Amino acid sequence: MTENRDREQVLRSSGVDVLKCMRCGKCSGTCPSYDEMEYHPHQFVYMVEKGEIDKLMASPSIYKCLSCFACVERCPRGVEPAKLVEAVRAMVIRKQGQNHLKPDQIPALLDEDLPQQAIVTALRKYNRGN
Amino acid sequence: MQRIGVFVCWCGSNIAGTVDVKAVAEALGHEPGVVFSTNYQYMCSEAGQNIIKDAIRDYQLTGVVICSCSPRMHEATFRKTAAAAGLNPYMVEIANIREQCSWIHKDMPTGTEKAIILGRAAIAKVHLNAPLVAGTSPVAKRALVIGGGIAGIQTALDIADAGFDVDIVEKQPTIGGKMTQLDKTFPTLDCAACILTPKMVDCAQHEKINIYAYSEVTEVKGFVGNFTVTIKKKARYVDTTKCTGCGLCTEKCPMKKVPNEFNLGMDNRRAIYIPFAQAVPKVATIDPDYCNMLKNGKCGVCAKVCTAGAIDYKQQDELIEEKYGAIVVATGYNPIKLDNFDEFGYSQSKDVITSLEFERLTNAAGPTSGQLLRPSDGEHPHTIVFVQCVGSRDTSGCGKPYCSKICCMYTAKHAMLTREKYPDTDVYVFYIDVRTPGKNFDEFYRRAVEEYGVHYVKGMVGKVAPQADGKLMVQASDLISNEQLHIQADLVVLAAAIEPDKSARPLATMLTASMDTNDFFTEAHPKLRPVESPTAGIFLSGACQGPKDIPETVSQAGAAAAKVIGLLAKDQLTCNPCVAHSDELMCNGCSSCEKVCPYGAITYADKEFRMPDRTVAIRRVAMVNEAVCQGCGACTVACPSGAMDLKGFSNSQIMAEVDAICK
Amino acid sequence: MQVNTEFKPKIVAFCCNWCSYAGADLAGTNRLNYPADVKIIRVPCSCRVNPMFILRAFQRGADGVIICGCHPGDCHYTTGNYYARRRMTLLFSMLDYLGIEKERTRVEWVSAAEGAKFAQTMNEFVAAVTAMGENKRLEDLRCKK
Repeated sequence: MTENRDREQVLRSSGVDVLKCMRCGKCSGTCPSYDEMEYHPHQFVYMVEKGEIDKLMASPSIYKCLSCFACVERCPRGVEPAKLVEAVRAMVIRKQGQNHLKPDQIPALLDEDLPQQAIVTALRKYNRGN
Repeated sequence: MQRIGVFVCWCGSNIAGTVDVKAVAEALGHEPGVVFSTNYQYMCSEAGQNIIKDAIRDYQLTGVVICSCSPRMHEATFRKTAAAAGLNPYMVEIANIREQCSWIHKDMPTGTEKAIILGRAAIAKVHLNAPLVAGTSPVAKRALVIGGGIAGIQTALDIADAGFDVDIVEKQPTIGGKMTQLDKTFPTLDCAACILTPKMVDCAQHEKINIYAYSEVTEVKGFVGNFTVTIKKKARYVDTTKCTGCGLCTEKCPMKKVPNEFNLGMDNRRAIYIPFAQAVPKVATIDPDYCNMLKNGKCGVCAKVCTAGAIDYKQQDELIEEKYGAIVVATGYNPIKLDNFDEFGYSQSKDVITSLEFERLTNAAGPTSGQLLRPSDGEHPHTIVFVQCVGSRDTSGCGKPYCSKICCMYTAKHAMLTREKYPDTDVYVFYIDVRTPGKNFDEFYRRAVEEYGVHYVKGMVGKVAPQADGKLMVQASDLISNEQLHIQADLVVLAAAIEPDKSARPLATMLTASMDTNDFFTEAHPKLRPVESPTAGIFLSGACQGPKDIPETVSQAGAAAAKVIGLLAKDQLTCNPCVAHSDELMCNGCSSCEKVCPYGAITYADKEFRMPDRTVAIRRVAMVNEAVCQGCGACTVACPSGAMDLKGFSNSQIMAEVDAICK
Repeated sequence: MQVNTEFKPKIVAFCCNWCSYAGADLAGTNRLNYPADVKIIRVPCSCRVNPMFILRAFQRGADGVIICGCHPGDCHYTTGNYYARRRMTLLFSMLDYLGIEKERTRVEWVSAAEGAKFAQTMNEFVAAVTAMGENKRLEDLRCKK
């Protein structure tokens, strides 16, 4: 049940439709830090689809992602695996209680071209007073 | 007052599932003029049609309303039914309660309410219907095939064999199309040229076939049975009646550095050229972009060496106008440009090639005489990587959203042939899915894996990087063993997606034939009328309708030919009786209608009219040529006095529908 | 914005036989939902739509009228949709002047392959008209019983 809620959370905050994935593996094929990772970009997509968010959050893989967005750029289906990594990272932060981002604050700040990491960073900075 | 019968179809549960058909029949039975109302499971079945016929006779119906599927589906069926029972077929109206009601609404009350309103509108219209009689128009007994690839060739041969004249228009100097560039064909591995060139020769020698090579269609007028087409024969600067195709000029021409499009720019040809040895027609063509004589008047070598005196630097484009009864589109395909896929390094390395280029490299008539050599240094490649789905199944906007269909099989063919000819090469195929439905197709692919030891790897290549030592580093993820691969390849072959030829879009506009969002021609019905365009008299053959391999193309070409023969075999076509007509008493001869008519169907005549004061006045009034009018109705709106109206869709009929809907 | 959920607009859609009507059929074949408030009238071409029909619809209490034709350049009759476009541009600006807001009238190009676009267009149009509420202008109350 919590897993399922986490899954929804990751999907919503990343804006990624994992069902668009057709299992081609180009994301992993293009990833510069593939060898460092326990789970690889394509596995990220499958794992989020299956709701295995806990496993992902516990894995160091999410910090090995350079956020270079090569997978986002190359994906033939527009799935954007890197955004899932970002979302899982943000979820780890939230679960640790370090930052209480309200989900309804996000859409107003969202600029399509802005990397999500920048948004998260900005929120972290400006939310400090609250 | 009309005597109207209403027939509500259940369409099994398709309609009855979300529309209470009994309630609809009951409600419509109370409408004015309705003397009979019933419902039945399948109105289009023989039993259903008999219900209609019996009701027409028993109740002396003068109008029929059928609440069923779209009129695009069964209007013709029900009109025939009415005619069989002695009712004018144009007294039948269809209320579309399936596609536009039951299938889009989920709950019964909504569907039922809407179905009743749609039925009411149809009843309101039938009240104002008048019996119409269809005229006839003659059929020009000649077919035009646009595109001279295997699709066009097969269609033309089949039509010609049935005894009708066929013209093929091909924009290249020779017919043959893409198939001439192929080496072997799957799954039998017979040589493409060996099976194609005899057909090309058949075309050239067939007394019923006329080939306009190096020509384009520039204008299409008319309609089914009566198309008038203008064909531009581009200037070849060579008199085709004199040229013997000896090829001397193509050896002597001093302009040697012209990229040879037949070999996809991998070698050069001269400014005067014959595309390949088996070209049909086998005559030389001067490329005006490169010929020095045409550009600045200095050279003339070809004219000097030509013993037949065929060179004519002053030749002009020629326009030919011809009448056709039917037009077949066979414009084919092209591989996409790979500009959006630079991660594969196509622009960075000569050793990254497309599959079509690979075909030329393995073809005995190609730039390497059939030796598989790297384009960069002419060495034998020892590791070859094939990448599938380059630009296919791509919804990100860089490529094409559809599956190109032929790549899985030709890649298996390439991999197999490479392993057979050069057993010391390592061959990798990176795939997303291997799709091999088709007779003997999967067996063929399995042979590549099991007998020839081709390494099939599940996973898309992420990047191809040219390295200092001339090798290509291919990085990909093997999704099944879950490991990253870095392959040092000598040659990378990209299975580029295929797209319709660029000439198809303007042609579709000329023909008013519809296309889908990928510029493939749409068929009249995806299952039941796959080789016809929705525009009458236009037929589709080959890859212009969707990606196809050669066996499918040939069978579709034959099917298109059969449809054309069926059309040309008729002496007369029944015209659409829903045409415009002008009320002479109201017409003031202003010419507004004439100006908007796209067919020139409106003419004027001076007619005598008896005036109220018993004098006779001569007035100019519009007349509609019913054989030419296509019934668009543009004139009806342009007419300021309301004299012009459209039969079958009259002002009063449409307004009655509006009233019924807004009630 | 307050949306009256009870209000069911009356919407007349004129669809050309070759593209948009086929597009509407495709929407049905693909089971793409759009509101039942839309009732389609088949015309041979968008150029068959006489401004009179639209005035009549508003007079009889329609809340919105939409005309669908082939994409420019793809008209089955070569030029029909161009005529429709010009005529409707003029008519709609006149209707706007008469108090029938521009949101209530629309011209859309829907090809035979665009079932999804048809359904989406209808959903949007119905939402827009619903937001406008009932049309009172031009309505001839004598037609009501």
